[in-house]
Amino acid sequence: MSVLGILRVTLTKDLRMEWRSKDAINSMLFFALLVVVIFSFSFDLTAEESRQIAGGLIWVALLFAAVVALNQTWARELRNQVLDAYRVSPAPAESLFMAKTIGNFLFVAVLELLMTPLFIVFYNLRSVGPVYQLVLASLLGNWALVVNGTFFGAMSIRTRSREVLLPLILFPISIPALLAMVGATTSTLTGEGSAHLPLVFLAVYDVVFTLVGLFLFETVLQAE
Amino acid sequence: MRSKFAIFALFTLALLSWGLYQALVGAPTEATMGPVQRIFYYHVPNAWVMELCFPLNFLASIIYLITRKPAVDAFAVATAEVGVVFCTVVLLTGPIWARPVWGIWWTWDARLTSTLVLWLIYIGYLMLRKLSTGGPNPVLAAAFAIFGCLDAVFVFMAIRWFRTQHPQPVFGGGANSGIDPRMMHAFLINMLAFTCYGAMLVWIRYTLERTRQKVDEAHAMKSLLHHEAGAK
Repeated sequence: MSVLGILRVTLTKDLRMEWRSKDAINSMLFFALLVVVIFSFSFDLTAEESRQIAGGLIWVALLFAAVVALNQTWARELRNQVLDAYRVSPAPAESLFMAKTIGNFLFVAVLELLMTPLFIVFYNLRSVGPVYQLVLASLLGNWALVVNGTFFGAMSIRTRSREVLLPLILFPISIPALLAMVGATTSTLTGEGSAHLPLVFLAVYDVVFTLVGLFLFETVLQAE
Repeated sequence: MRSKFAIFALFTLALLSWGLYQALVGAPTEATMGPVQRIFYYHVPNAWVMELCFPLNFLASIIYLITRKPAVDAFAVATAEVGVVFCTVVLLTGPIWARPVWGIWWTWDARLTSTLVLWLIYIGYLMLRKLSTGGPNPVLAAAFAIFGCLDAVFVFMAIRWFRTQHPQPVFGGGANSGIDPRMMHAFLINMLAFTCYGAMLVWIRYTLERTRQKVDEAHAMKSLLHHEAGAK
């Protein structure tokens, strides 16, 4: 089977499993909802203030929620030694990595779609800048989170503490991406400053870390 | 080996003492900041050692992934741990200086923030190593170090968007930059002293890690032989 063939098969399998169980989506959605509600209880905000900080809030909620899905993607491959079977098979590791990343990207994209109306209602948001910038920021930001998250998930699943480790190594690495996502989102929502630079920054970040991930994944998968 | 280390340690100790004397007594008191400026002889050399350790860790990680030699991995652990210690000192001495001079303990300026993020990334690295004892830890750690170092570049760029409050470069700046020769003397002595001190700590940590690796190997070999003898 070709690289793309294996990618497609793995991705279809993950999507089908998710479609039947809805484990990742449900837990992410509920988690993100809790974060939003708790934040709005913690700070009593006016409409102007909430526009200033909403960009940060959205991404913090998504970052925390994404970890839930990222942990599950690899944990489900441990049952019945699927990951071990993959390691001894001649299938290219890059296909597995890409399939998992695309799968997580789709889950988080669904989450973003469902969360957006919620944010608009809870925080009285209205975009001052062009909306396509928000769409671009959520797509690029989503990829930045899941590409590193999928890679580190494959690392942390091999350690003693498993689920605990992923946020500890993912969050520090995600800080520059988070700065850019928040920058792009906030400047679009408030209409102050340009979203151009953070979006370009995010695109470069995505390309660099996708390449590094593809390059090193085989090594990490086969690590003894 | 042991006598070499003893000579080096004594040399470092002498340098550190001489550096401390120079920083506290030899160098003149700075005109506007007063005595608190003397922390500069401590803060900057520590930052320098940190800036040496992290790139060395990055190099060692790449070389480890290519050669898979345990000695290289031991060097990577040593530089990462010593780097984190020096980075911690930098993050602690900075606020002590900033409080009387800037009037605040901390500000989210470019250099402070990037140092803090670097510190967080390397704490993550040490966590990854710590939590994966046995099994695949050196390879995972080396891969993470490569991510971390690339990320550091993005961190510096991302944080440049904010205005910086850190002192402008003292050396090689404009016409008003540069310092009293006695200050320069104290500063250079301390730079040398702390570089030697950092090297000494890396040396100790490296030797310790090598010993641990050899003990582990010996244990593994023993249980393997034991297992084979039992099978016969």
